Amino acid sequence: MPETSLTKKMVRCSINGVSVEVPEGTTILEAAKALGIYIPALCYHPKISITGACRVCLVEVDGAAVVSCATPVEEGMTVITNSPYVEELRKDIIDLILSDHPYDCMVCQKAGDCELQELAYLYQIRYPKFQGKKRMYKKRDGNPFIEREMEKCIQCGRCVKICDEVQGVGAIDFAYKGFDLKVCPPFEHDLDCEFCGQCVMVCPTGALVGKDWIARGRQMNIKKVDTVCPYCGCGCNITLHVRNNEVVRVTSSPDTFNEGYLCVKGRFGYKFINHPDRLKSPLIKRNGRFVEVSWDEALDYVAERFKEIKERYGPDALAGLSSARCTVEDNYLFQKFFRAAIGTNNIDHCARY
Amino acid sequence: MVGLATVFGSGAMTNSIPEIENNDVLFVIGSNTKENHPVLALRMIKAVRKGAKLIVADPRRVPMVRFAHLWLQQRPGTDVALLNSMMHVILKEDLVDRDFIVTMTEGFDREFIKNLEEYTPEVGQRITGVPKEKIIEAARLYGQAERAGIYYTMGITQHSHGSDNVFCIANLALMTGNLGREATGVNPLRGQNNVQGSSDMGCMPSMYPGYQRVDNPAVRERFQRLWGVKLSEKVGLTAPEMLYAAEAGKLRAMYIMGENPVLTDPDVSHTIKSFKSLEFLVVQDIFMTETAEIADVVLPGACFAEKEGTFVNTDRRVQRVRKAVEPPGMAREDTWIIMQLSKRLGYNMRYSGMDEIFQEIGMAWPAYAGITYTRLEKGGIQWPCPTTDHPGTKYLFKGGFPRGKARFTVVKYRPPYEEPDENYPFVLTTGRMLFQYHTGSMTRRAKAIETVAGEPYIEINPDDAVTLGLQDGDMVRVSSRRGEIRLKAKVSRRPDRGVVFIPFHFKEAAANILTNSEALDPLCKIPELKVCAVKITKV
Repeated sequence: MPETSLTKKMVRCSINGVSVEVPEGTTILEAAKALGIYIPALCYHPKISITGACRVCLVEVDGAAVVSCATPVEEGMTVITNSPYVEELRKDIIDLILSDHPYDCMVCQKAGDCELQELAYLYQIRYPKFQGKKRMYKKRDGNPFIEREMEKCIQCGRCVKICDEVQGVGAIDFAYKGFDLKVCPPFEHDLDCEFCGQCVMVCPTGALVGKDWIARGRQMNIKKVDTVCPYCGCGCNITLHVRNNEVVRVTSSPDTFNEGYLCVKGRFGYKFINHPDRLKSPLIKRNGRFVEVSWDEALDYVAERFKEIKERYGPDALAGLSSARCTVEDNYLFQKFFRAAIGTNNIDHCARY
Repeated sequence: MVGLATVFGSGAMTNSIPEIENNDVLFVIGSNTKENHPVLALRMIKAVRKGAKLIVADPRRVPMVRFAHLWLQQRPGTDVALLNSMMHVILKEDLVDRDFIVTMTEGFDREFIKNLEEYTPEVGQRITGVPKEKIIEAARLYGQAERAGIYYTMGITQHSHGSDNVFCIANLALMTGNLGREATGVNPLRGQNNVQGSSDMGCMPSMYPGYQRVDNPAVRERFQRLWGVKLSEKVGLTAPEMLYAAEAGKLRAMYIMGENPVLTDPDVSHTIKSFKSLEFLVVQDIFMTETAEIADVVLPGACFAEKEGTFVNTDRRVQRVRKAVEPPGMAREDTWIIMQLSKRLGYNMRYSGMDEIFQEIGMAWPAYAGITYTRLEKGGIQWPCPTTDHPGTKYLFKGGFPRGKARFTVVKYRPPYEEPDENYPFVLTTGRMLFQYHTGSMTRRAKAIETVAGEPYIEINPDDAVTLGLQDGDMVRVSSRRGEIRLKAKVSRRPDRGVVFIPFHFKEAAANILTNSEALDPLCKIPELKVCAVKITKV
């Protein structure tokens, strides 16, 4: 975001007839955004450096078309974002991008959440008017996390940049030239990286999606619940996507304090929740084997044994280990149980240090 | 935690995650941040890309080293010598913050200075193996910084002198005035989602919620009134002490909620033996863990996605956990189970919902008093937050420390409890890897994760591999005085010669069969999971 007016020289311009003052160096796209004026863009992303590749963000400045994401505002500039000239150009550019696209929105995981699909919709491009060669790739990336359907790649470069600039990994880059240009890992090997999925998060099309998400639900009948990641102590905010009482996907919103970034565990490590191995019934060991029992039977038995041991040996013969994985409320009640109900301070957990 | 509480009067990350990007020097010691706190590491990378200098001190070439200006590869267990030696340089070159020392601290006296005098860079080099030039450079970088932040994890604490390590880190920050200001601080990065919260809640034998001591009569009196019952004045047993007490027949029953100590505690056979000596063991968990298998009763709990509540992350941020799905089968929320048991033991806990429990916590500890479930709807709040109009606290110790003045501690280097010798010539250090988490009861059930990281391994330096006649992928037997495991060798330049690393996630080759349960820090009783001696043979 632009720095404050105290540190930077300000420049004034007009966008669609509205006058705006922004710090020097602000791009036309950012200035328009500050005014609430929407300029479509496919390669621009606020988390990465400017690319200026997709040309979708064209605007008219003094009669000429310029790329708004890469052009800084100049003093006295007059910008029009929606002139018929610009709109016509923009529509053609989107049309060109679509001319080499699989058009399989019906089965695409990204449908309803796809920036390219949304532009085709806004500009009502039903069939591409340009005909030409289409990319077809036989080899599929065998990594277990991320489906890379490169036929759907529009070569915006967001994934390449976020991997390098934010994640500091650089697992992928552009290879080949011209029509053969392709984003891929070195030597087109299968992707072998940290699998954070930051690339998936910024991909504007269905080229990158989680393998586990496919055919598990898109937008309809999905309940979204905001919560906190259960793994390390970073406390990343996550959104669980739920369908039929099953968590089918995890995302994070860019306006959270973790800026939408997650790691492999947070983004792809959710399968344990609905795993068949989950414990589903209280168990009591009888003759060396666990037997399923009702809650009442289990609780009565535990309480009785605790009481008996407390009476015979005193409260300090009992001890509890609590958990840094459970909630604050769980932990509060657990230690209260030992201190108030049992009567001992024998309570600890592994992360006291 | 205990270490920091002793120095400052409070134990937590002093500053916040978003502040990291404004550090001008970052000193990361004993933390494999890129693998263990991956998203927090992104802030560090951002800081570096904005021009900050990064110093990484770690016996292994951890991924953060790629971004570091300076990497100090100390021998495992020699952090005190490294830090004292850096402080020696800072003192000698007069990079100390005198104003801060005079107004905010105590104990910066002749004894403290005299102790540091012994730790010349030459001495530092001899003990740690880090070239003295690098020690001097690190000291200058840190000492001259405007806003330096220290970040550490278990590489500092899981030692028989873990508290000493923490004291040294505190000394370093105090001496240079890197506390109580934005983008500075002493920052222990918490390894689990709610370590901070469970510590805050007093799941410790000596403290009630809010780090209030159980042996303080006034404190106890307050809790007796809050809970309406007479409380024990005796400090309880720590986790390692519980195991010894069980073995000795003094402890008869245990109730374990959401932990798997069989795999996480040092010396697995000792742990199992201790639990088996109990008359009665209850385990409450979401999976049949290795610990649950030896229990008498297993109670099925609900996981994070199946309950309401809060987690407190590493920068003291209290955040809402929300229910998304129903628990499977008969599994129930942990709070429900605890309340049911409590009622049967004649002590009724009645709460209409999680928010009511949270309210009571606010009565037990003022740092939570201003936080409500309603406020948390708008996002997390960092404690201390004493009143409902308080915005929360980004960084601690602005204008002073809870205990008055922060205290310098004289720390002398002590070697690790178990050092390599002829029979066990390698130093084993343990930890996590990026893809797996702890004992794997969650991550190992994600097929994709198992595909890329489903096998135990031991990292061995290429030179050592040559000496042992090993190739990458060979099976080896690793043994210590406690036991032995078999696993694949991963020949890697990450560890130095003489040092090997095993991640502790894999039950089929549990690293903690090898580690030592006798080497405990005298103050906080943490076991020395980061150093033990092993031998390696090809099988």
